[in-house]
Amino acid sequence: MTAPSIASDSRVGSTRGRSRGGSGRSVLPGVRLTLGFTIAYLTVLVIVPLSTLFARTARLGWSGFWDAATAPRALAAYTLSVGTSVVAAVVNGVFGLLVAWVLTRYRFTGRAIADALVDLPFALPTAVAGVALTTLYSQNGLIGALFAPHGIKIAFTPLGIAVALTFIGLPFVVRSVQPVLETLPKEIEEAAATLGADRWQTFRRVILPALTPALVAGMSLSFARAIGEYGSVVFISGNMPGRTEIAPLLIMSKLEQYDYGGATAIAVVMLLTSAVILVSAGLIQRRAARRAA
Amino acid sequence: MKTLKRIAQLALGIALIVPSAEKAAAQERVTLLNVSYDPTRELYKDINAAFAREWKRRTGQEVEIKQSHGGSGAQARAVIDGLEADVVTLGLAYDIDEIAQRGKTLPADWQKKLPHNSTPFASTIAFVVRKGNPKHIRDWNDLVREDVQVITPNPKTSGGARWNYLAAWGYALQRNKGSEAAARDFVSRLYRNVPVLDAGARGSTTTFTERGIGDVLIAWENEALLATKQLGPDRYDIIIPSVSILAEPPVAVNEAVAAKHGTTKVARAYLEYLYTDSAQAIGAKHFFRPTGPRSLAKFGGNFAKVPQFTVDQLFGGWAKAQKTHFADNGVFDQVYSVSQK
Repeated sequence: MTAPSIASDSRVGSTRGRSRGGSGRSVLPGVRLTLGFTIAYLTVLVIVPLSTLFARTARLGWSGFWDAATAPRALAAYTLSVGTSVVAAVVNGVFGLLVAWVLTRYRFTGRAIADALVDLPFALPTAVAGVALTTLYSQNGLIGALFAPHGIKIAFTPLGIAVALTFIGLPFVVRSVQPVLETLPKEIEEAAATLGADRWQTFRRVILPALTPALVAGMSLSFARAIGEYGSVVFISGNMPGRTEIAPLLIMSKLEQYDYGGATAIAVVMLLTSAVILVSAGLIQRRAARRAA
Repeated sequence: MKTLKRIAQLALGIALIVPSAEKAAAQERVTLLNVSYDPTRELYKDINAAFAREWKRRTGQEVEIKQSHGGSGAQARAVIDGLEADVVTLGLAYDIDEIAQRGKTLPADWQKKLPHNSTPFASTIAFVVRKGNPKHIRDWNDLVREDVQVITPNPKTSGGARWNYLAAWGYALQRNKGSEAAARDFVSRLYRNVPVLDAGARGSTTTFTERGIGDVLIAWENEALLATKQLGPDRYDIIIPSVSILAEPPVAVNEAVAAKHGTTKVARAYLEYLYTDSAQAIGAKHFFRPTGPRSLAKFGGNFAKVPQFTVDQLFGGWAKAQKTHFADNGVFDQVYSVSQK
């Protein structure tokens, strides 16, 4: 999937490397302009705001930062936020793949509608999603009432948080996997079948490796979205200190005390955690892409 | 081609005329930005229209008052970060104190500039219960009963909820002859009965009304009256406890910004107007209690009589209350880790 663009990138690099001094022109049109624009754009939009975050934290000093970032309450919040986000990403990985599979491989009535439904969590204001989900999953809600007799509480527990995060993350996996599935030729599967592979083997050995890069990309997007999510979660989490208090809520309560330093300290930890997870996901993705190629 | 040229000439002409026209209008028209907290939207809509008529009658000048609403703390942070508010009308004095301290756009003694702690409209903390009051909730001490579930927002994230907490604390303090230990015990028992701590007051109202969770909702009286009116008086009752807190959402001219905008005079007049009979009548219509004995006598008839203590009396002002109770590792955090066990 990404192979052609990588090839053209390296070609651009080598052309420019050989012909210094502006006499030679790149094969691709407008490289310098677009590259320059991209860097400037990313600087203004991403790097500058993030550096401000670090600068604000720096004002705390090391010990201040450490105290704010490692308070028991903060640690509980990271565990909860990262844990529920990972659960949501994994659930989305499994069921998002399934949804994408059904949407690309089968033709059925209402397919277009089902396809459009996938995008709704993108479009819905998160607060609306939060209120709707809480209504459904609280003890006397439509779905919550089914579980309540068995002693399972969903809303106002970590389980409820995971449900909300799964909801908002679904489109990322489906929309990442879908185009790859669509371009995957049916002939490969047929060839595998003729060579004696059963259905499970075909899926595991032939289809899954080709899908892994896209799947991992989708799951990391879902994770990244989930870890910073505030709007929908505050309604369903119940916000009990130390138990269902997500990291973004802790940031908000620090801000209510005008403790900007403490708030950014937690934000920095969250940012670094996400960065580590996203980078490792990127590595997995690349390795899988190499193996699939 | 010809038409294109004509359009261009026309556009140029308009471009030259419009700014001068606008300038002329600006002299007889002035704009104020009132940065306020959430539940005052409808109140200020009515007040602004009334003030605009009054100002026009008095000075001949048109005044347009723009409103901005949000959580009190978030609004204060916006003003600190540069939102150009001519006046601020927030949920608690602490938020304006922080604007004074961090934004330095108004003086530290801002609260002395207007009558009644700069509070034109007040409220108090009351209970909303389900119709017929099935759990027989009459006063604060019913909220710590083991069979009662209480809904109130998280005071760490909601400025409004801090009044709820302080009201409960004040009740326990007065009841136990000023014993801090008894008050702490009372409040921790109360929060043990809270199944959901919503982030804001609206969230709590939804939890109580839409989800049907809890036996009693602790709320500002004006919001309780508004909610029951909107959601149906046949579904909820309002209970006024034996004693409560005087909730004082204060107002102030954001001096530095108003000076920069040249709106100091009209901004002051606007806030002074809030104390007049016509504004107090509008306030009472929106369920805000009038302040000051004269207005109370005139417009306070519909409000239940309840002895009220103030933050200044029992807690030594907002700065102190905030630090003692709501800062990290403050009493609320301690109470909460106790009530979890």
